[in-house]
Amino acid sequence: MGDAIVTLKIDGVEVHVPEGTMILKAAKDNGIIIPTLCNLEGLTPYGGCRLCLVEISGSPKLFAACITPVSSGMEVTTQSEKLKEYRKMAVQLLLAEKSHVCSVCVANDHCELQSLANELGVDHTMFERNFTKEEIDSTHDFLVIDRNRCILCTRCIRVCDEIEGVHTLDLRMRGKDAQIIMDLDNKWVNSCSCTSCRKCAKVCPVGAIYIEGEPVGHTKHKEIAEFITERRQRKCK
Amino acid sequence: MQVTEKTKVATIWLSGCSGCHMSFLDQDELLLELAKKIKVVYSPIMDIKKFPENVDVTLIEGAVANEEQLEMLKEARAQTKILIALGDCAVTGNVTALRNAWRDSDKLALEKAYVENTDKNAQVPTDVPKLLKKVHPLHQVVKVDYFIPGCPPSASVINYVLTELLSGRTPNMEGKSKYG
Repeated sequence: MGDAIVTLKIDGVEVHVPEGTMILKAAKDNGIIIPTLCNLEGLTPYGGCRLCLVEISGSPKLFAACITPVSSGMEVTTQSEKLKEYRKMAVQLLLAEKSHVCSVCVANDHCELQSLANELGVDHTMFERNFTKEEIDSTHDFLVIDRNRCILCTRCIRVCDEIEGVHTLDLRMRGKDAQIIMDLDNKWVNSCSCTSCRKCAKVCPVGAIYIEGEPVGHTKHKEIAEFITERRQRKCK
Repeated sequence: MQVTEKTKVATIWLSGCSGCHMSFLDQDELLLELAKKIKVVYSPIMDIKKFPENVDVTLIEGAVANEEQLEMLKEARAQTKILIALGDCAVTGNVTALRNAWRDSDKLALEKAYVENTDKNAQVPTDVPKLLKKVHPLHQVVKVDYFIPGCPPSASVINYVLTELLSGRTPNMEGKSKYG
């Protein structure tokens, strides 16, 4: 990231940010919140959830704000009827993909998908919901993964690799069959690289990875983004 | 004084836990305000056998899990102007629909409940309505006009939706109710 400052317009407001900043961050730093599920400050952007889609004038395409860097003279729209429809659609697809049954989920009331659905007014899904029988791994002493609730945002994979530096977690298969695995698809208890640091549970936006016996609201304290940024800066030095 | 006719409201209990009806009753003193404007014409807490004709608003709790409920829902739709899915079971299937993950869940569910987990007279009952292959949220079967998610939806959300409808407005659910 250079020292050069770029000037652009977000929702009609002129903002000045360093060159190379992603639109999502530029907006956030100027008080404009764009919804996202997969992005977490301090982790490499992934662009998977498609909730941060924005419009850039002059292009018919929509851009994921978390992986699109700013450029001079850019005019970004973060809120419009079209974007809202796309975001609602993305939330509906996520809700329909796996067994998202909030009433029996550990993350009820502390879930980013749930609160986003609420904010966007997604009061039902137009797609038939899939009820899945994915494997639940509770072999670890206190960490549990319920793959039926996973939205594949890969925050856990990135935090495990980039912050803890062990890369225990990764993805196997593709598309609807994609799943989070430990090491080379081992049971969690047999993972020789996992340091039991709990970061995966802290960053999980839903109730897919959680700590047994600990309230999810306690695990996912709000300062996690600051915590990661701080760790990352320390690592860079 | 002009006598205006009250809005006819019905409530139905399909495959749910009755929590949504409890939440409806939880409107407490607001029910007195509602009672001035509505007349409840059918409900599981009333002794009426047949679903009446020309109902204005029907609130339905629970998912559709058996043939009787399927028929009931279709009958209600045919007789109702505004049909509302009340609560997560009606909106998503919720816990009731968890059995959808298994093939032949209609048979498995009964065997689990009446054969595997019992030590006396283990047998699958034959004199009850037949379970459907899958559990459906209401809008997979009939047209639903409004959705109130929640397990259960809070009394204030139910009151908000009814009040808006009674005033001839369209309820806006953004930021109002939540799943779970």
